[in-house]
Amino acid sequence: MILLNTASAGTLESSDCLVTVSPAEKLKLEYKGANSEVFAERTMQLVESVSKKCCLSGAEISIQDQGALEITIKARLETALIRAVKGVAKE
Amino acid sequence: MKPCRTMLYIPGDSPGMIQHAPVFGADSILLDLEDAVALTEKDAARKMVACYLKDYDFKDLIVTVRVNGADTEFFDDDLKEIIPCVPAAIRIPKCNGPEDVLAADKKIEEIEKSNSIPVGKVRIHAMIETAVGVENAFFIASACPRVQALTLGGQDLTADMGVQKTKEGWELFYARSRVVVAARAAGVDVYDTVWADISDKEGLLKECRSIVGLGFTGKAAIHPDQIETIHQAFMPNEKEFRKALRIMEAAENAKKEGKGVISVDGKMVDAPVVARARHLLELADLYGFERSGS
Repeated sequence: MILLNTASAGTLESSDCLVTVSPAEKLKLEYKGANSEVFAERTMQLVESVSKKCCLSGAEISIQDQGALEITIKARLETALIRAVKGVAKE
Repeated sequence: MKPCRTMLYIPGDSPGMIQHAPVFGADSILLDLEDAVALTEKDAARKMVACYLKDYDFKDLIVTVRVNGADTEFFDDDLKEIIPCVPAAIRIPKCNGPEDVLAADKKIEEIEKSNSIPVGKVRIHAMIETAVGVENAFFIASACPRVQALTLGGQDLTADMGVQKTKEGWELFYARSRVVVAARAAGVDVYDTVWADISDKEGLLKECRSIVGLGFTGKAAIHPDQIETIHQAFMPNEKEFRKALRIMEAAENAKKEGKGVISVDGKMVDAPVVARARHLLELADLYGFERSGS
């Protein structure tokens, strides 16, 4: 998967998160939120897992976490990634 | 399957509501990809619902999904993403005739086969929300074995008929009656439309008592606050409960003794009455009725 555009998914409502992804050479995560220190490792693992599943070599990923469950973050991240590659054949 | 009195609508793009679904007290939920989701967020809602269906523990909640209509660009993508997650049922909007159900059935079957899901596992709840749909209700309900329920969509139906939806609901009386009879004739469940005024619980209770009397098996809810009121309307009374116990006891004794006809309280009881008594006892179980001492 190659990202062509910057794309976002999600909201800043409680129990949700706002994920923004942009094209980049390497994987870089910026994770913000009230409990970001507690869940930093979990979220990094999730991002790496999704990236691996999508064969994503690089991306700049920003997550503003409003108390989202892992399932929610995964859904928002996958949506943002699909939006960022839209119109381009997946590798 | 346990009786399903309530079906709570939850927007598919609202993770906060989806994750709290098991605590609202509804018998089932309907994760909505259609009207509750903005056009720009259809992809996000679809992904959210799929992820929750795959990985979230909804406890004993029955989870169904309303997809976008077959006449939209989203229908095929909705089915492709949601069917592999095996929800209990897919609600198909605006079923006007059996051909609409059969077309969806074919697509669902293809997806089931390609994902090694037993064919027929994901059921169809066919939405009746046009005048022609009402007139074809029985043919829709009996179109294929995958149909598990008919559901009445009051807002779109009244719009289609060019009338206002009122609290009294007379404009829906014929449609409700027709859809209930069609569903019962086809042997499927039947859910009533939503009550839109969240603050008017008295009106909701009145409407619920009316639709219980017509024969609906459940009703859609648009807010968790409506669940208790709907359940209240479906609660059997003590006298009905005791009679159902006597009927079931007599039916079981007759079966043991090889008798074909039974009587309870001096009245003959046949198979449909026994079936109704069984359903009433299943309902009573949900309210914690004590079966001993009948």
